[in-house]
Amino acid sequence: MSKLHITTTVNDDPAEFLTDPSTTLLDALRDNLGLTGAKEGCGSGDCGACSVMVDGRLVCACLVLAAEAEGRRIETIEGMAQGGTLHPLQQKFLEHAALQCGFCTPGLLVAAKALLAENPDPTETEVRYWLAGNLCRCTGYDKVVRAVIDAAAEMRQVRRAS
Amino acid sequence: MTDILDPPKLKVVGTRPIRPDGVDKVTGRAQYGADLVMPGMLVGRIKRSAHAHAKIVSIDTKKARALAGVKAVITAEDLPNLGSEEYEAGEGGGDLRDLSLNVMARSKVLYEGHAVAAVAATSAAVAEAALDLIEIKYEVLPHVIEVEAAMAPGAPVLHANMFTQGLPEKATKPSNIARVNKLGRGNLDEGFAEADVVMSGRYTTQGVHQGYIEPHACVASFSEDGQSTVWSSSQGQFMVRTYCSKLLDLDVADIRVIPAEIGGGFGGKTTVYLEPLALALSRQAGHPVKLVMTRDEVFRATGPTSGAVMEVKLGAKNDGTITAADIVLKYQAGAFAGSPVGAGSMTAVACYNIPNVAITGYDVVTNTPKVAAYRAPGAPIAAFAIESAIDELARKLDMDPIEIRLKNGVADGMKAVYGPTYTNIGYLETVEAIKNHPHYAAPLGPNQGRGLAVGFWFNIGGESTGAVHINDDGSATVVTANPDIGGSRASMGMMAAEVLGLPVELVRPVVGDTTAIGFSGLTGGSRTTFATGMAVTRAAEKVVEDMKRRAALTWDVPVEQVAWENGAAVCLDASKDVKPLSLKAIAGRSGRTGGPISAEVSLTAQGAGPGFAVHLCDVEIDRETGHVTIVRYTAAQDVGRAIHPSYVEGQIQGGVAQGVGWALNEEYVYDADGRMENAGFLDYRVPVASDLPMIEAIMIEVPNPRHPFGAKGVGEVPIVPPLAAVANAVRGALGVRMCDLPLSPPKIRAVIDAQAG
Repeated sequence: MSKLHITTTVNDDPAEFLTDPSTTLLDALRDNLGLTGAKEGCGSGDCGACSVMVDGRLVCACLVLAAEAEGRRIETIEGMAQGGTLHPLQQKFLEHAALQCGFCTPGLLVAAKALLAENPDPTETEVRYWLAGNLCRCTGYDKVVRAVIDAAAEMRQVRRAS
Repeated sequence: MTDILDPPKLKVVGTRPIRPDGVDKVTGRAQYGADLVMPGMLVGRIKRSAHAHAKIVSIDTKKARALAGVKAVITAEDLPNLGSEEYEAGEGGGDLRDLSLNVMARSKVLYEGHAVAAVAATSAAVAEAALDLIEIKYEVLPHVIEVEAAMAPGAPVLHANMFTQGLPEKATKPSNIARVNKLGRGNLDEGFAEADVVMSGRYTTQGVHQGYIEPHACVASFSEDGQSTVWSSSQGQFMVRTYCSKLLDLDVADIRVIPAEIGGGFGGKTTVYLEPLALALSRQAGHPVKLVMTRDEVFRATGPTSGAVMEVKLGAKNDGTITAADIVLKYQAGAFAGSPVGAGSMTAVACYNIPNVAITGYDVVTNTPKVAAYRAPGAPIAAFAIESAIDELARKLDMDPIEIRLKNGVADGMKAVYGPTYTNIGYLETVEAIKNHPHYAAPLGPNQGRGLAVGFWFNIGGESTGAVHINDDGSATVVTANPDIGGSRASMGMMAAEVLGLPVELVRPVVGDTTAIGFSGLTGGSRTTFATGMAVTRAAEKVVEDMKRRAALTWDVPVEQVAWENGAAVCLDASKDVKPLSLKAIAGRSGRTGGPISAEVSLTAQGAGPGFAVHLCDVEIDRETGHVTIVRYTAAQDVGRAIHPSYVEGQIQGGVAQGVGWALNEEYVYDADGRMENAGFLDYRVPVASDLPMIEAIMIEVPNPRHPFGAKGVGEVPIVPPLAAVANAVRGALGVRMCDLPLSPPKIRAVIDAQAG
């Protein structure tokens, strides 16, 4: 079986790799590109630990084929902090102690960022339903939800100020 | 010793700094078990039984070995055939032979998913193809899943050599009942004779999984000189080392275990599944081997905790005084002996001062995965039965559920049924906190109910090592050997910073590998902040003593004339005109004053204070769908002293969430052939964000004088009350007692339909 040559963009940088047609985007990110921030918790799209953005759309990387990355724009947790500065969501997760083991955290952050891009002022219920695809077994979600709401408020303020 | 039981003096302990490993975990840098890549690394896969119970007639690996790219194929024949030997490890313990047989089946498979063979190959695709080429002939045997079915005469026997222990007479026939344990005091007949009211009930729970999001994963590298290195995600690198040494008959000194970050464990990573197999594969292949489980494998072959059947009979006087408790607990152990029924028995009535008690526990093997520790192992199951029964008793007595708990609650000086006399416990304070909380008096809406339940967990101490190294720029490094499963680096760094008088940001706590630091028991039993924290504190104190000694030499005064205040040595001899010597100044001159400033302390921590939790839960029932919504949840807990309050709250909130899942959704579902039907997160449904409300965590601080800062273990007891708190709330909302977990929509609907007639 010959491999496919995929040319794509990952976190604003050009990237290319060879892949089998059956390889998932998650495996390609982790094994071919060394981006292990996206985690495999289930491999079936149920836990959200592998959440990434493909052309601005939130997906489970375990449900996307690596070949589908051709010509698209991929964003992962590794691209979230910019120029040595944490994204407000990352900072608020730290301040609110919204992580314990940290395994689901990259996926939760990517998903939360997607939420705030779509809805800058979500209610608690909206946050809870949006993040319902990201399992966290440690925190009971309380501090996660608080961190997202707090980050949203801060990001709105920054936006107003600028 | 630092006087640290005086909170106003504390500068770091009790604050909420950002955890030292936090940035790595929000940026994707943190390396978990599956993230490591080694040069020349092979991919391993495990062949698992499709049968719940079968004899292995033959295994033929020839075709698999012949496949290009396959570098190793192992079966039980490649592991030592161990004899029976008891072992102790943190919350677990059991028989090494059983552990070995669980890691790789030998002659018989005992549950669907039981490992039978393993391969290592140059790619995942080759490894998977090789699994298909392994030919195994089975003779399928009748199986048994449910605990009472396994206890019944004529049940399929899992182990021909298992004779029930703990019977008055020696058992003569093999049985699935591994052990009967009895616990109690007083005289049950007299206790029930004194009672004005007697209630009895039968309660059942299903097997549930710890559900950590990170599947088990490791990399092992076995060198030609017999030395090996294992990187793995576990609750204890020393535990992994011990088990690899025992199961493969290797010298302990030849094995180095490097802890990866751990993506949740909850007790489920207090044992090994993959590491010995990865080592055996690496030894055969001559390359490093990575083994990572799929979620399907995690469900079918690891964890879970027991399903159980419980009978409870309680007697009480009209004034609410409980006079007698007769309790029978039957717990599934899975394929090998060792359910947590002992802990279930000991914790069952630990919140109550009942004079006449008899508790009988049955440890029963079944054709299900061998149970592993799960957060307060055994206690939530028993508490579901007891707290449901106490709730019914209160209803019979027309008594407020909180009053019956206060009236019969334990306090200092009372003797627990399981042995010790309580000291410095905060049970009644915790009950009072809930009684006085606005939640307790808040009005309920239509179709809503409120449930109260209490819980107990021992907490343990045990063997720990902590090291503190002062760096020459005035910063400090703290090394422990306890994997940081929920913020323990933060608490270790904070305790050291408090003693040293340094800002917490200047203290860098790390988790060392098995060659970097002395032995430590695993992260479990709610022991790390207590026991390892004690070792770290003592090491920091030793370092402070050393720095005081150096200051005394500098000033030419006796060391008694030197105090340590705010991170500096202060001369108490007024005749000396000297300025305080800061830690930084002392550290900078360490090369000229006696060399590196460093201390490592190993100890066995005694006197862990038990944890008590009191939970209050409101539910609302959708009478159309049978869905139960948790509308409000308040959890109070005696935490001793919260070192980092945010992470203590997090433990409470996380325990509640797991308990709610156990109460409402989670269960192992088996088909007629004993195969798990819901081995994935879609069908084994753990709570998601939209299932839960905010969880209010109330920390009651009744300090434990045996810990330098008063800490008690906090991680486990919060999962003890929720099963019953939810069930009691459902009882309130429905008007019918439901005794069979989970309280899933079909069961709720059945009650509603019956009510409709």
